[in-house]
Amino acid sequence: MAEQILPAVDPDKAPGKSEPMIRLENVYKTYDLGEIQVQALRGVSLEVRAGEFVAVMGPSGSGKSTVMNILGCLDRPTKGRYFLDGVDVSGMSKDELARIRNKKLGFVFQQFNLLSRTSALENVELPTVYAGIKPEERTRRAMESLTRVGLADRAGHHPSQLSGGQQQRVAIARGLVNQPAILLADEPTGNLDSRTSIEIMEILQTLNDEQGLTIVLVTHEADIAQFTKRNLEFRDGKLKRDKLVEERLIAREVLKTLPTAEEQAAEDAQEDASQEKAATENARQAAPKA
Amino acid sequence: MTAVGFWKDRSWVSEWLRFFLADWQENKMDFMNTFRLALRALARNKMRSALTMLGIVIGVGAVIAVVSIGQGAQYIVQQGIQAMGTNAVFIAAGSNRAGGVRQGYGGVKTLTVDDMNAILAEIPLIKQAAPALTSRQQVVYGNQNWSTQITGTAPNYFDIRTWPVQAGSVFSDQEVDLAANVCVIGTTVARILFGSENPIGQTMRIGNLPFRVDGVLESKGQNVTGQDQDDVIFAPYTTVQRKISGITWLQFIAASAVSQEASVAAVAPITSLLRERHRIRAGTDDDFMIRTQADIADLQNQTQSTMTMLLGGIASVSLVVGGIGIMNIMLVSVTERTREIGVRMAVGATEKDVRMQFLVEAVTLSMMGGAIGIVFGLIGSMLIANLLQWPTLISGKAVLAAVIFSTLVGVVFGYYPAHKAAQLDPIEALRYE
Ligand SMILES: Nc1ncnc2c1ncn2[C@@H]1O[C@H](COP(=O)(O)OP(=O)(O)OP(=O)(O)O)[C@@H](O)[C@H]1O
Ligand SMILES: [Mg+2]
Repeated sequence: MAEQILPAVDPDKAPGKSEPMIRLENVYKTYDLGEIQVQALRGVSLEVRAGEFVAVMGPSGSGKSTVMNILGCLDRPTKGRYFLDGVDVSGMSKDELARIRNKKLGFVFQQFNLLSRTSALENVELPTVYAGIKPEERTRRAMESLTRVGLADRAGHHPSQLSGGQQQRVAIARGLVNQPAILLADEPTGNLDSRTSIEIMEILQTLNDEQGLTIVLVTHEADIAQFTKRNLEFRDGKLKRDKLVEERLIAREVLKTLPTAEEQAAEDAQEDASQEKAATENARQAAPKA
Repeated sequence: MTAVGFWKDRSWVSEWLRFFLADWQENKMDFMNTFRLALRALARNKMRSALTMLGIVIGVGAVIAVVSIGQGAQYIVQQGIQAMGTNAVFIAAGSNRAGGVRQGYGGVKTLTVDDMNAILAEIPLIKQAAPALTSRQQVVYGNQNWSTQITGTAPNYFDIRTWPVQAGSVFSDQEVDLAANVCVIGTTVARILFGSENPIGQTMRIGNLPFRVDGVLESKGQNVTGQDQDDVIFAPYTTVQRKISGITWLQFIAASAVSQEASVAAVAPITSLLRERHRIRAGTDDDFMIRTQADIADLQNQTQSTMTMLLGGIASVSLVVGGIGIMNIMLVSVTERTREIGVRMAVGATEKDVRMQFLVEAVTLSMMGGAIGIVFGLIGSMLIANLLQWPTLISGKAVLAAVIFSTLVGVVFGYYPAHKAAQLDPIEALRYE
């Protein structure tokens, strides 16, 4: 291996002084399928500090989702330890993990995973329901969260009435509503076109820059990873590379260079119109000859 | 989760208790929210929910209707018994034990007026008694023709049965002694033979003999078996014995004791007296039957408890069937909503939250079924009571039992699907297609 594993430390922060937000210590995950055993993770150790914005990368089957599920307290390591905000959660009960998912973590999925036939507002409210928050306060927080992702005007819409990008923004709002310490996203842009993907990245960058929200996302697109601050590369269940992003892209700037959806539509329309014009021109020229 | 595991893990027992006793304020997910959620989930599949409820609706409805109708019938029976007089003692000729075959009135010729007089003379517990025998005859007035039952008796029969005349009078003891051709008729006979004419003082024919009508009895309506009690004619027993039936014995004696307790206490002395008079050897069956008010009450209680057990059986079978329907649909629902369960777990729902959600849904389903069943049951019993002209007696107990049982069915049959939902692994649930 040519690549050296770099120390996973943000130079802005004082190294070693504060407890990292996430610390995995030699984590293994083995799936026992009876006859064979699949080693999805084989000794992963990593640290993520508060305020970091990390992209997890690697080929398919390298263990990205597995590590995200462990980070998200949806799954427990077979071996090794996981400290979340200084607390060892690897030995916690299901109920305790549910509480941590509810209070400390926000999760965003590739398939959005919104409840169908349920309004955007109610979808965003869902985590607050399980946090035991009073109904009025729930609605207030959910509205606030929807406003943060710019969808306050779509609160009453059902997922089927929203575009993919909008659905993912609702999912992000849901992930934020309980003011978690970390937002975890497994391929959040995997089902979106490139422009919409960058819009999602803009929201995540804003949350990270302005509120210092710690974000870990999985992506297999190198250009999406360029919007984050640090990239982790997995291969065969191991962390193979850990590097800080140089020349980080700023989503807001990139979006300015891209035509907006309306402009794109207008451009297309213009193209169509000119083609039509050309066609009629051709027809007119052809007519007298006939 | 295997069935055995389900039994071994007894935590579900305490879970049920908690379900009933939980302080919802303390509960993480407040009850109203869970309930609203359940209603919404059920409203999404209206047809399916309605069909699932049907089992409970039918079960509860049937029980309520049957109990109400049963109570109406019981009320009528009680009224009938009361009308016979609560101190009544009936002594009928014949045995219900003779070779297991009950011999009819006509089969035994040993019960006589002398027996009756002996009872009155020797058993002070008996206050009064009237002889009786019956015969079916053709009766004619003018061009009207009718077949009805003639009962031969004495005037005090009407006191014992508390059955007064509405017009005219009852024949006298002298007329009994003379075996006079006089009679008292029921309202049905009066209506059929005489129409709008006043029957009092008119002469009608019973068999081939002319009879003067002395009185018309008050209407008693139908009895429990639907028989018209007003389709009757009463005449002096002497007249019926000698001129119509041509016999010297009686078919029964209608007596009345000094009190209700006395009616029961009189059975033994009457039995020994009649056995002695009829010279029945020890070890041989009686050739008569004695029925008291208490016997009838006993019989009624027996019938009633059999009825209650029967109803209980029907109720539990239909509720179990309804419950299985609910369990089935809830299992389908859990499978369909696997992903939803995964999402809820991912955002912080605990096992208990998920279990409660599905349990409340099942209970809502069964309770709604129960409520609709009660409404249908009440409407049904009113309709039937109306049709039979019975009083509608709504049983509060049956309604309460219906509410409790339908709730219980929801909890019992909803628990397993809810438990299954709660046991789902969040990652697998999220990945479920
Ligand atoms: N529930 C499971 N049972 C058995 N094996 C599993 C299970 N989940 C994951 N694996 C295996 O673990 C390995 C890592 O899977 P993982 O989902 O983490 O990959 P990934 O990096 O997310 O891939 P992708 O980019 O395709 O999403 C794979 O070999 C996969 O087959
Ligand atoms: Mg994956």
